[in-house]
Amino acid sequence: MMKKLLSAVALLASSLAMAAGPTIPLDKAPIDLRDKASLQNGAKLYQNYCLGCHQMQYQRYSRTFKDLGIPEDLGMEHLMFTGEKVGDHITNSMPADYAENAFGVLPPDLTNVARVRGANWLYTYLRTFYVDESRPFGVNNKVFPTVGMPHVLQELQGVPYRAHETRLVDGQPTEVYVGIRTDGSGELSAEEYDRAVADLVNYLVYTGEPTKLESHALGTKVLIFIFIFFVLAYFLKKEYWKDVH
Amino acid sequence: MSNAPVDHGRRRFLTIATSVVGGVGAVGVAVPFIASWNPSERAKQAGAAVSADISKLEDGQLIRVEWRGRPVWIVKRTEEMLSQLADTENRLRDPGSAEPQQPTYAQNRHRSIKPEIFVAVGICTHLGCSPTYLPTDFAAQIEGIRSGFFCPCHGSRFDMAGRVFQNVPAPTNLVIPPYMFIDDNTILIGEDEGAA
Amino acid sequence: MFKNLMSWIEYRLPFMDKMNLHVMQYPAPKNFNFWYFFGSLAILVLVNQILTGIWLTMNYEPSAEGAFASVEYIMRDVDYGWLLRYMHSTGASAFFVVVYLHMLRGMMYGSYQKPRELLWIFGMLIFLVLMAEAFMGYMLPWGQMSYWGAQVIISIFGVIPFIGDDLTLWIRGDYVISGATLNRFFALHVIALPLVLVILVFLHIMALHEVGSNNPDGIDIKRDNDGTVELTEADKKFTFHQYFTRGGKKVIVDAIPFHPYYTVKDLVGVAGFLFIFAFVIFFMPEGGGFFLEPPNFETANPMKTPDHIAPVWYFTPFYAILRAIPDPLFGAAAMFLAIVALALLPWIDRGTVRSVRYRSELHRWNLVFFCISFVALGILGVLPATPTYALLSQIFSFTYFGFFALLWLYSKNEKTKPLPVRLT
Repeated sequence: MMKKLLSAVALLASSLAMAAGPTIPLDKAPIDLRDKASLQNGAKLYQNYCLGCHQMQYQRYSRTFKDLGIPEDLGMEHLMFTGEKVGDHITNSMPADYAENAFGVLPPDLTNVARVRGANWLYTYLRTFYVDESRPFGVNNKVFPTVGMPHVLQELQGVPYRAHETRLVDGQPTEVYVGIRTDGSGELSAEEYDRAVADLVNYLVYTGEPTKLESHALGTKVLIFIFIFFVLAYFLKKEYWKDVH
Repeated sequence: MSNAPVDHGRRRFLTIATSVVGGVGAVGVAVPFIASWNPSERAKQAGAAVSADISKLEDGQLIRVEWRGRPVWIVKRTEEMLSQLADTENRLRDPGSAEPQQPTYAQNRHRSIKPEIFVAVGICTHLGCSPTYLPTDFAAQIEGIRSGFFCPCHGSRFDMAGRVFQNVPAPTNLVIPPYMFIDDNTILIGEDEGAA
Repeated sequence: MFKNLMSWIEYRLPFMDKMNLHVMQYPAPKNFNFWYFFGSLAILVLVNQILTGIWLTMNYEPSAEGAFASVEYIMRDVDYGWLLRYMHSTGASAFFVVVYLHMLRGMMYGSYQKPRELLWIFGMLIFLVLMAEAFMGYMLPWGQMSYWGAQVIISIFGVIPFIGDDLTLWIRGDYVISGATLNRFFALHVIALPLVLVILVFLHIMALHEVGSNNPDGIDIKRDNDGTVELTEADKKFTFHQYFTRGGKKVIVDAIPFHPYYTVKDLVGVAGFLFIFAFVIFFMPEGGGFFLEPPNFETANPMKTPDHIAPVWYFTPFYAILRAIPDPLFGAAAMFLAIVALALLPWIDRGTVRSVRYRSELHRWNLVFFCISFVALGILGVLPATPTYALLSQIFSFTYFGFFALLWLYSKNEKTKPLPVRLT
């Protein structure tokens, strides 16, 4: 058993070491849950580019439509492709064993992905694919090395590659990585692509916690109420404690 | 320890004010607990209105649609079936549909919006069995009436408008659910114009 | 009519008398400071946990297949389900915040010293049951951290010589953590342990009311009625239950009735606490990843370990002690000892002066270093186990135990300050 615990601890240590391993700084995702247009665009991108492989099995279409202000008939026409009911969860029909064969792993459900990875990670991840012929799908990723996912947004971004420049480092001309550039074949400009990814991440942040805005609105009222109660309780205490002091 | 006299008015005011605000708070806290017993989104979606395509429904044919876990019948009644509705009335318990077993728009002799299309919850009002549809052999149950519904459990009998006959265990007519026609070929069961 | 009914009941069940004994005529020292809020706050949080917990079971499914989805169902489909769940998950962390501060209060003012040893032991039992309750509760959402955290903690039992392997197998009820484990933990979490907890809290309060509350000065408010005690006008102002005066054998000084004085005062504490509690629930329910850890939003996967397993924050001080010692058996023993040492405080501390206010400078600094060690271990328990951090964990584990060793040594002949006669 000691061996088992040791291996558990070793596993822990190695996984911690991995977590502490080299990672690139994450870009800050411009998240705004009140921006309905952004969320709607994010939902559209999700349905078109992600849902084929990644389900959102805890989120209902009707919830997305209601919270994003999309009329049901329009939503059904433009965002639902496989004839589900509006109250159904956002799922695909990809068989699990097919997916395992094609990608090596089952593409994870993305309902809560923003809560698992964080918005900044997602925002950076989707913008740091680059061409790497050694990988099965011909692309690799800066924040998720050896990722088993193709660059599904390539038709929007264009073919991305790692750009290097020659700079002087300690007086020596050195090749320095300066970021991801594209060949310009994408439908969107670099700024438009960043905006599209931001919209998509915004939507994923929303689906991770659809009650967030409701929670903030209710929370503000509750805090004001508790403050009023606090003031009353404070004066009540002072009044009674005149007996003591 | 002060010897100043106690200001009873202030003390009472603060006690009452704090109690009232505290009481309001307690009621507020109760809200999520009580509200969480409402039908959840899953229950609402499972109980949502269902639509049925009746374009292929033939004369005299019955189809079943599931709505809120119960069978709902849709029958396209023939001219003969409709005409016999008048013949049964002296043998019925509630021929005028006085009992509130149907929306007001179905409180008529044929108990439906369109005379030929009959929509009803296919559950016997006695103990919840689903009656059998006898389109041509009902005369064995009620003399002189060709079509009707017969409940195999305890022998309750209903005519082609779901109205219960006298001297059977079922107390009331079959339930007509709320429904509406989206177009000539589509019925939405569970929702009517009043709710939409 | 009403009066007759009340006296009819009172004769058979002296409810009013008990209310007087424990609330209206309970003598509480008049000098409680804010450290004394945490006892009543712990009860408040316990009630919150029980109520929201009952409501969560109404929609939770204790099965490996359905648990994660049922939590998402609560969060998304049940009206206000998200609020009930966040109240419960935040309540778990709040419980430990409140209880740790409550324990520190006891350590500062020597509330474990004679005659309150049993009271302290009940408190420590509550703490132990609370840890078991929290651990099992954290498993129920069946996320990645639920699964792998349970994996690590259950394997700790495996280090016990001879029976370790069989014991872990028995606890899990399977060769790996599975639905069987989840189901039994669910039963313990929602029925068995809460029942034990409520009984222990009851005993804790009974034991408290028997010996009376300590106070920041650590001197007794009940004195022998031998004519030497001078009563002030304030002492004569309030009536206390005859149980506490032992039929005139005792006099009570510098005390006030619990109700209304401490009920209204605790109300202020409750409002302050609720403000912070509600802020976390509504605006940061994840508690920065410490109350709800990010990998737990992913369903449990026995094939894939998360990149970084750390227990929830309230276990990390003890977890850091476990990790500080390379040998797993001694590590587990040290962790166990860290809790036992706290329970043995009434006997480790051989002093007679209770409050840190009147004890030596050495004791004051010893206590400060103990708090620093505890917090530092808590932080280290979250961090990855690099050699530097491991060394720091060892140092702070040493100072953690050093507190008890030093206390035992100096408390016998401690140079204390003179105690006041009356509460300050």
